Amino acid sequence: MTSRSTAVPEGHDPDERGHFGPYGGRFMPEALIGAQDELAAEYEKAQRDPEFVAELDHLLREYAGRPSRLTEAKRFAEHAGGARILLKREDLNHTGSHKINNVLGQALLVRRMGKRRVIAETGAGQHGVATATACALLDLDCVIYMGKVDTERQALNVARMRLLGAEVRPVAHGSATLKDAINEALRDWVTNVDHTHYLLGTAAGGHPFPMMVRNLHKVIGEEARQQTLEMTGRLPDAVAACVGGGSNAIGIFHGFLDDPGVRLVGFEPGGHGLASGSHGATLSQGSPGTLHGARSYLLQDEDGQIAEAYSISAGLDYPGVGPEHSWLKDSGRAEYRVVDDDEAMKAFEVLSRTEGIIPAIESAHALAGAMRLGRELGPEGVVTVNLSGRGDKDMDTAAKYFGLVPETEQEDTR
Amino acid sequence: MSLHEVFTACSDRAALIGYLPAGYPTVEGSKDLLKAMISGASESPGCDIVEVGLPYSDPVIDGPTIQDATHQALQAGFRVRDLFDVVTSAAEAGGNPVVMTYWNPVHRYGPDAFARDLRAAGALGVITPDLIPDEADDWLEATGTHGLDRIFLVAPSSTEQRLALTAKASSGFVYATSVMGVTGARDSVGDAAAGLVARTRAHTDLPVGVGLGVRSAEQAAEVSAFADGVIVGSAFISRAEQQGTDGVAEFAADLGRGVRGVRAR
Repeated sequence: MTSRSTAVPEGHDPDERGHFGPYGGRFMPEALIGAQDELAAEYEKAQRDPEFVAELDHLLREYAGRPSRLTEAKRFAEHAGGARILLKREDLNHTGSHKINNVLGQALLVRRMGKRRVIAETGAGQHGVATATACALLDLDCVIYMGKVDTERQALNVARMRLLGAEVRPVAHGSATLKDAINEALRDWVTNVDHTHYLLGTAAGGHPFPMMVRNLHKVIGEEARQQTLEMTGRLPDAVAACVGGGSNAIGIFHGFLDDPGVRLVGFEPGGHGLASGSHGATLSQGSPGTLHGARSYLLQDEDGQIAEAYSISAGLDYPGVGPEHSWLKDSGRAEYRVVDDDEAMKAFEVLSRTEGIIPAIESAHALAGAMRLGRELGPEGVVTVNLSGRGDKDMDTAAKYFGLVPETEQEDTR
Repeated sequence: MSLHEVFTACSDRAALIGYLPAGYPTVEGSKDLLKAMISGASESPGCDIVEVGLPYSDPVIDGPTIQDATHQALQAGFRVRDLFDVVTSAAEAGGNPVVMTYWNPVHRYGPDAFARDLRAAGALGVITPDLIPDEADDWLEATGTHGLDRIFLVAPSSTEQRLALTAKASSGFVYATSVMGVTGARDSVGDAAAGLVARTRAHTDLPVGVGLGVRSAEQAAEVSAFADGVIVGSAFISRAEQQGTDGVAEFAADLGRGVRGVRAR
């Protein structure tokens, strides 16, 4: 295998207005265009500023704990056709998920732009916690919008955000999940844009967000590629990641985009199963449209009304997806498959029991996918999996799902 | 009538533009409310132009009043095909209807078919709050083909370059958002509004309408002093909710006196 540079060439960047083929762009109110132009310009400058690059690098190393480890999961592999399964341990980052990579980069940009206030949306709470963390570190005011349904199923993360000094605003409109939290954050942003930055948590939204968030997460793929080479002496046959908005997936995929022999496989939440209609399988079941600033695949009805997504995992419960994934799907470079709640929870349990690692339920979708890929590839296969977050936040959901705590006792301990 | 003719006919005053969502509270109910908005009351005419909103699942630039009304319309079973019927009803009542819609329903329907069917239904133009001209190639073509005016928005944050670009792409009128924020009645129209109208006029001869925050005849008169159109939305919904068609008719007449009064002084 060659060991050429893992730097992603300019060729994978969108055009200057943020288009990945027919996807991306800016489907935003005019009132926000000025702020996005400012952000794009500042990001361009920052990328070329050695001081910014050094400061971000320092924070990623000394604060977030990068590089994250690559762990071979040998006992788990027995459940995956005997293929070698390598876990990219984003769960070991500070705050417990990949989200910190993006948040630290954007928070440094906020400071450069001279803004004092940060708003963000969160689904599972991982991005909200990461944002609240960076705001505490850099002394920025922080407001987190979170669907009311999610504040209930992720109550622990709400407490974490508040402890970190953030204000958490539950959103009761619509489906009261991630999509509605983004709507409310956008309303705040359009009102307060002169002193507020919207720290978007996934590789979606209007340009420059999809490109910028992806670039801030590319470090996952760059490290994983080198670590996989060091550990196995070759590139993996496949890279597996879960896809909600798609930030962890685009981050790891980018390390391998120029390795045509490496399959890039994204796993979308199948919820109660595709036939039930209750799922979040945007790329597999959706059609192109515009939502939250970009053209991309969406779950929508025949009138173009956005559908309500569902997943047992709050972080994947989203009817849209980052535009670059739509482009990778259409171009055929990446494949997208579906893992339903039950299959994900099975993988959640298997990894916990075989490796002593409790994954986030989001990441369990990628692990279930890796089990399938491993069986398809057999013992000669190598699969690198993005273990994007840890599962501590999901214990309430898991306890209910597996019946680990008797109902009454569970109520008492709340 | 075209929008150009409507504004020309109002030459000595601002045009009054009233917004209500199609399908609110029901499809038939919205037709009645729009008729009341057009007719006015007590021999005082109502709105010169009616802005018919297309209810959408994710109305990101709307405040709670319009969010709730459009949500109610969708809950009551509103479908995009009902829009055309509501527009035709408003046109037949002697109104000059334009449609306000988020972009995804148009994208889904097909921009060309949407422009064609709306024009056939009697709409004069379309306001697209989350479509900027930079992304509107297919919309420019569709509206051009079918003779529908396209109304883009400008904001206090728009640079000179963007004002020029947006005004150039617009026809009928340019929609100036008076404040940075979402729709909803406010105690005062932002100070930024007059400045934005003046800045926009430097780039175009098109009429400039001011929306966001207008809720009273006094405010309408105030805006009428510096703009070519006064756009009232959330306040109409509140009237409809509290007083039904009669309240809407009286409110339209009241606002109409407001826009007329200013030049009659």
